[in-house]
Amino acid sequence: MNRQGSTYTLFYSLLLILVVGVGLSLVYQALRPTQERNIADDTKKQILAAARISPQEGESISDLYAAHISESYIVNSEGERVDASGNALDVNVANQVKLPDNERELPVYVCSTTDGTKYILPVYGAGLWGPIWGYVAFDANGTTIYGAYFAHQGETPGLGAEIEKPAFSSQFDGKKIFNTEGVFTPILIVKQGQAPAGAEYVNAVSGGTITSQGVQKMLANSLLPYAAFLKNLSKTSQKDETE
Amino acid sequence: MKLNNSLQTLVNPLSKDNPVIVQVLGICSALAVTAKLQPAVVMTISVIAVLAFANVIISLLRKTIPTSIRIIVQLVVVASLVIIVDQILKAYTYDVSKQLSVFIGLIITNCIIMGRLEAFALNNRPWPAFLDGVGNGLGYGIILIIVAFFRELFGSGTLWGYQVIPQWWYDAGYQNNGMMILPPMALITVACIIWVHRAKNKDLQEN
Repeated sequence: MNRQGSTYTLFYSLLLILVVGVGLSLVYQALRPTQERNIADDTKKQILAAARISPQEGESISDLYAAHISESYIVNSEGERVDASGNALDVNVANQVKLPDNERELPVYVCSTTDGTKYILPVYGAGLWGPIWGYVAFDANGTTIYGAYFAHQGETPGLGAEIEKPAFSSQFDGKKIFNTEGVFTPILIVKQGQAPAGAEYVNAVSGGTITSQGVQKMLANSLLPYAAFLKNLSKTSQKDETE
Repeated sequence: MKLNNSLQTLVNPLSKDNPVIVQVLGICSALAVTAKLQPAVVMTISVIAVLAFANVIISLLRKTIPTSIRIIVQLVVVASLVIIVDQILKAYTYDVSKQLSVFIGLIITNCIIMGRLEAFALNNRPWPAFLDGVGNGLGYGIILIIVAFFRELFGSGTLWGYQVIPQWWYDAGYQNNGMMILPPMALITVACIIWVHRAKNKDLQEN
C-alpha cells in the first residue's frame, strides 16, 4: 500500500481525528461531574473564607457551607429582595458588575458565625493580567467589614498575587465603608506610609500597584450598588438595639 | 537493545544531553512556572507523563504515519495528551490546576516534546522511546526544580510554601529579593546553571 499517497493520508487523518475526538469526549464526560463539584466547592470555600471560616482537614465543604450559610438571596440596588427564582450561587457576578447599578442582581449570603450574623457580598474586577474577585463579609450593622477574601486568575506570583494572602486581606477587618455622615466611602488602598484623610485605607501590596488599584476599583464598583441594602441593615440593627 | 543502551537513553538527558541547559529548549516554560516550587514539580510530572506517552504512541505509529502530515499527527497526539492531563488535574488536584492555569495547556508548545518526537520516537521502538521520554522529562524537570528552589528561597523566603528564612533575619534588616520572582531572574538562574555545568563538562564548551 502506498503510504505517501493522498488517499492514504486523507483516511489516516480522518481515522486519527475520529479516535482522538471520541477518546477526548469520553475523558471529558467521565471527569465532568468531579470537576463541577470541585468548582462548586471552591466557590463555597471562598464565600466561607470571607467570614473567616476554613474547613478542617478532610471536612466536607458542602456540609460546612450548609451549616453556616443560613440563607442566600438576591437584592436590587434599592436594597429590596428580588423575588427571583434564581439561586444566589447561580448569579454570574462577572457579568453583573458591567451593568448599570440599578439593573444589577446582587447576591447576598447570610452567614451565622460565632461572632453573630454576617452578610457576605461578592465583588469582581480586573487586576493587571486578568480578573480578580473576592467576597467581603459585613457585620450586622451593615458598615463594618468582618472579613475579606480575594482571589485572582493570573496575577504575578509574589507581587500582585499576594492579594490572596491573609496578610493583605486581613487588613480590611474592622474597616467601615460608611463615614460618620452615612455616605458610602470606598476603602482606599495606598502605598505603605501614606495616610489619606477622610476615608478608611489599607496598605497596597508592594510591587503589585496595578493589582492593588484593581482591588480598590473592584470594591468601589461592586459594593456601591449594595449601599441601600447595607443602610437598611444598619437601620434594622439600630432598631434592634433600642428595643 | 542492550541494557547499557537503555540506561544511556534514560540517563543522558539528565546531564550531557539535557534539553534545557545543553539544547536550550523549553526555556519559555522554565521562566513561567518556576517562581514557586510546587507548580514546578507538578509541571515536571505533567511534562514527563505527556512526553513519555507521546513518545510511545508516535513510536507505535511510526511506520504508518504519512510523511507529509507527520508534524500534524504529532501535534494531535501531544494536544490530546495535554488535554487529558489538564482534565485530570482539574478533577483531582483542583487547587494546583488553578495555580498552573494556562501553563498546562502550553505544554503543547514546549519545544522539547516536538523535538523528541521528531528526533527519537519516529526512528525507535516503543520501549527506548518511553525511556527517552522519561529521561528528557526528568532532565527538564531537574532544571525547573533547581531554578524554582532558588527563586522561591530568595524571592519569597519560603520553600514549598513553608517559611524557611527565620523572622529574626527580617528583623535584622534582611529583605526578600522581589526581582527573583520576575521572569528575567529565571533566565539568569538558568544561565548560572549552564555556566557551572559547562565548567564541569569541558567537552560541551563551544569555541
